[in-house]
Amino acid sequence: MSTTHKSLLVHGYEVVIGFETHTQLATQSKIFSRAPTAFGAEPNTQACAVDLALPGTLPVMNKAAVELAIRLGLALGSHIAEQSVFARKNYFYPDLPKGYQISQFEIPVVQGGEVSFFLGDEKKTVRLVRAHLEEDAGKSLHEDFIGQSGIDLNRAGTPLLEIVTEPDMRSSAEAVAYAKELHKIVTWIGICDGNMQEGSFRCDANVSVRKPGGALGTRREIKNLNSFKFMQQAIDFEVRWQIEQIEDGNKIQQATVLFDPDTGETRAMRTKEDAADYRYFPDPDLPPLVIGRDWVEQVRADMPELPRAMAERLVRDYGLPEYDATTLTQSPAMAAYFETAAKASGQAKLVSNWIMGEVSRRLNADEGGMASVPVSAAQLAALIARIADGTISNNAAKQVFDALWTVEGSDVDAIIEAKGLKQMNDSGALEKIIDEVMAANADNVAQFRAGKEKAFNALVGQVMKASKGKANPQQVNDVLRQKLQ
Amino acid sequence: MSLTLSDIGRIANLARLELTEPQSERMLTQLNGFFDTVEQMNAVDTTGVEPLAHPTAVIDHVSLRLRPDVASEPNNREANQKSAPAVERGLFLVPKVIE
Amino acid sequence: MSELHTLGVTELAAAIANKQTSSVEAAQHLLARAKQFASLGAYLAFNEEATLAQARAADARIAAGERTPLLGVPLAHKDIFVTKDFPTTAGSKILSGYQSPFDATVVAHLAQAGAVSLGKLNCDEFAMGSGNDNSAFGPVHNPWDVTRVPGGSSGGSATAVAARLIPAATGTDTGGSIRQPASFTGITGIKPTYGRCSRYGMVAFASSLDQAGPMARSAADCAALLTAMAGPDIDRDSTSLDHPAEDYSAAINRPREGATAAQPLKGLRIGLPTEFFGAGCAPDVLVAVRGALAEYEKLGATLVDISLPRTELSIPVYYIIAPAEASSNLSRFDGVKFGHRAAKYDDLLDMYKKSRSEAFGPEVQRRIMIGTYVLSHGYYDAYYLKAQQIRRLIAQDFQSAFERCDLIAGPVAPTVAWKIGEKSDDPLANYLADIYTLSTSLAGLPGMSVPAGFGAGGMPVGLQLVGNYFKEGELLQAAHAFQQATDWHTRSPSGF
Repeated sequence: MSTTHKSLLVHGYEVVIGFETHTQLATQSKIFSRAPTAFGAEPNTQACAVDLALPGTLPVMNKAAVELAIRLGLALGSHIAEQSVFARKNYFYPDLPKGYQISQFEIPVVQGGEVSFFLGDEKKTVRLVRAHLEEDAGKSLHEDFIGQSGIDLNRAGTPLLEIVTEPDMRSSAEAVAYAKELHKIVTWIGICDGNMQEGSFRCDANVSVRKPGGALGTRREIKNLNSFKFMQQAIDFEVRWQIEQIEDGNKIQQATVLFDPDTGETRAMRTKEDAADYRYFPDPDLPPLVIGRDWVEQVRADMPELPRAMAERLVRDYGLPEYDATTLTQSPAMAAYFETAAKASGQAKLVSNWIMGEVSRRLNADEGGMASVPVSAAQLAALIARIADGTISNNAAKQVFDALWTVEGSDVDAIIEAKGLKQMNDSGALEKIIDEVMAANADNVAQFRAGKEKAFNALVGQVMKASKGKANPQQVNDVLRQKLQ
Repeated sequence: MSLTLSDIGRIANLARLELTEPQSERMLTQLNGFFDTVEQMNAVDTTGVEPLAHPTAVIDHVSLRLRPDVASEPNNREANQKSAPAVERGLFLVPKVIE
Repeated sequence: MSELHTLGVTELAAAIANKQTSSVEAAQHLLARAKQFASLGAYLAFNEEATLAQARAADARIAAGERTPLLGVPLAHKDIFVTKDFPTTAGSKILSGYQSPFDATVVAHLAQAGAVSLGKLNCDEFAMGSGNDNSAFGPVHNPWDVTRVPGGSSGGSATAVAARLIPAATGTDTGGSIRQPASFTGITGIKPTYGRCSRYGMVAFASSLDQAGPMARSAADCAALLTAMAGPDIDRDSTSLDHPAEDYSAAINRPREGATAAQPLKGLRIGLPTEFFGAGCAPDVLVAVRGALAEYEKLGATLVDISLPRTELSIPVYYIIAPAEASSNLSRFDGVKFGHRAAKYDDLLDMYKKSRSEAFGPEVQRRIMIGTYVLSHGYYDAYYLKAQQIRRLIAQDFQSAFERCDLIAGPVAPTVAWKIGEKSDDPLANYLADIYTLSTSLAGLPGMSVPAGFGAGGMPVGLQLVGNYFKEGELLQAAHAFQQATDWHTRSPSGF
């Protein structure tokens, strides 16, 4: 666990962070009703009688939500509870139609587990306490109504998996790295679309500071961090603020705070004085959720290879450096792209270089995902094969790649032909050019023979120029050196 | 164990009820009267007894039924909001929510 | 036919099927009669247009040659069931004018069976009460003595059936709300096993206890209704039991093992809980109950003494569990999505408090307070959890009792119907009056009330029969055999 690693101190204080992440599960229908979960519909058009808590309505559990929870549990090495219980969390709020949220309290469906990731070159592991199923609330819209709020319950009843960690993180950087790894995992195993703008992946950070070795400090919870950038800013501000308070001799009061991206500051929410008393009790409308081993094994069988395992395999099977393997397993698409091209070309490292180089550079330029890459893995493989067999130089290859990217051409060899990029491998023709160049540049030849290395480069340049770049630089070097002996 | 007026106030607030002074007094008497009869429960030894949440669980195992993930509820907003106290542009209106 | 209201479900169905009358004629007759006796306070809502449309549809099905047990028969629903064609109030001001966009499953099942909805029946607010004097829309009067309560919470259903305003009605039973009013008004009512009838569309009071059931003049009529009402509701109610529907009408006439014409119940063992026959029960009630039991012996049944040692505990256990669940179930009435919202308020919190305090009656507020308290921080274990543990012990007591008997019998309530207003200032007295019905509800067992004679003031007394899980058929059969041999259930209050 990460606490065994050295933890960086801020003004002599140790930072302690725990996370609660609400992931919206990628189901078609709500967790307890048959209303659709699609984002962005007209207000209350996706809130059915059950979601609105109309008198007489009752919840009926969505099987897919349970299956997605099992998937996460398996991905994080957690225990999947054979029996878990839905409980009512009672409190009044306009976006909570029943006056209680159906959640899991004493017995959650996913128990324990851990998330491992690299912070720089240091491997970190954050322990999970639990992940429980619950229903999302609606939204209160404060704009455009004077003195009033408008309530949209379309989101009410959307299935959530709340993933809770131990307070294992020791810096905002580690917290963000954890969040990014978790985000990668939930999207990788397809339980969440990961869209942070739309609130599909919302993080609450519990932050406290303490003198090293001291007891845990009082924590403040930063709610709804829906961007990695804000996450880091918010935690850094909160840490500074708490340390200042303590240095000024003030006590930290437990509180829920919100981060304001405009000011870059956190501010305490207006807390309900009875917030603490949720009067949890098992929901009498829902018998216990029972998950048989056979079901768990069935889900396990359908699980995709996880990013960490895949990275290790890429190192093992393709002899890639750890760094390459980790970069290539950012998404299933990228990893698949690599493997196809690597298999087809037999040049794993070259493929890796090209994906991390040219492909990524262009992707970042036009902000697309792997899906939007116009060059197929097969095309990249063909291109790399041509580099490997010396048909074209790296520079020429970049021109071919451009042509493929802009869909100017689709067949690698055809493009090489059309652009006349083939390297000159006919030594006779090369020697002829070299002889001419040596004759025309007697002074350079003389200077080289007098021991001026630089003169040699000048000659190489002349030869390449004369060959219109088609000469194989290595070959030019070799032949020229012999002739200059 | 006997309730006090401040307990009544705390519970009423949790339950979002507003009781007048005399109502609270009356409530206090009635609740204390009731909780006296509850005392007899303490005499029962329930160590190791599993709570019974779903009656038929006494005779056989009751477990949650799961439904297939199909979004089949049509938009029924008009009928669903028919009895709403205040609606504008499809939104339920409430006094401003301050966070 | 002018005396249509004297016919029970089975007779009326036959008369309609034989074209002696029509569903429309029956509906019109009963609508007129309901209005004639409006002072009883039984009905809360009518929708003549919708009712007659349903009746015409039923007559068309009959003309087309269709024959089903309830086809064309007018019924009325306790106002705890939500309905598309009628407003639904649950007897509360907080829902006055509420229009449900859907029908309760039980209502839909009866409609599919061809029954016609005549209207909605008064009940205690959110089914909380045993006198039907907790309705926001006024009390219901007992037709046997209009100065007395009809029992509760299904008091409107009980009075409507007893006063011959309707051949049968739906009711709900959480702690005795079908059995006790049936007993107080001399009709027959059955609360099936918990989960036997769907709770979808029943305004929730106590989710782990609420159960729908029929109230009619005879066990045979109850059987006909329950056959249509019961059955799994896989799509809408997670607590609805996945147990195929049964034909109870067939069950009541199916001869028992070793039965004879003279002794149709030969071999039936009826257990008598000593705790039900103690000093707590009024002598006049005990006399009637013992009389009925003697009749059962004539029918071939044998009586065995049994014990339900935790009967008295069922009062605190029930009055902790039911209010706890109710306090949570009633949180949705917050003046936001539907129902009453206060006219004046300062802010959101004030809006919640004023809307709820204005529109919930005293008994409902009392139970919300009790429920909120027993679930609150630091008290959950001592109250709710403890109650749920004792609940299991109570349920186990019944299981050991059923090792020695097939059915359990005793009084439904310690007294006959009391005077309206007599107990309204004393909630605890009301709670104690439920002592014989609560344990059955806590265990989720089927129980019924069968007219067994009359007690003080000439008021009806009911015999309570309790069966093991899913033994509704056996219960109804035992009640039916009794009614073949007696005429208590055919007596009607004078003037009705």
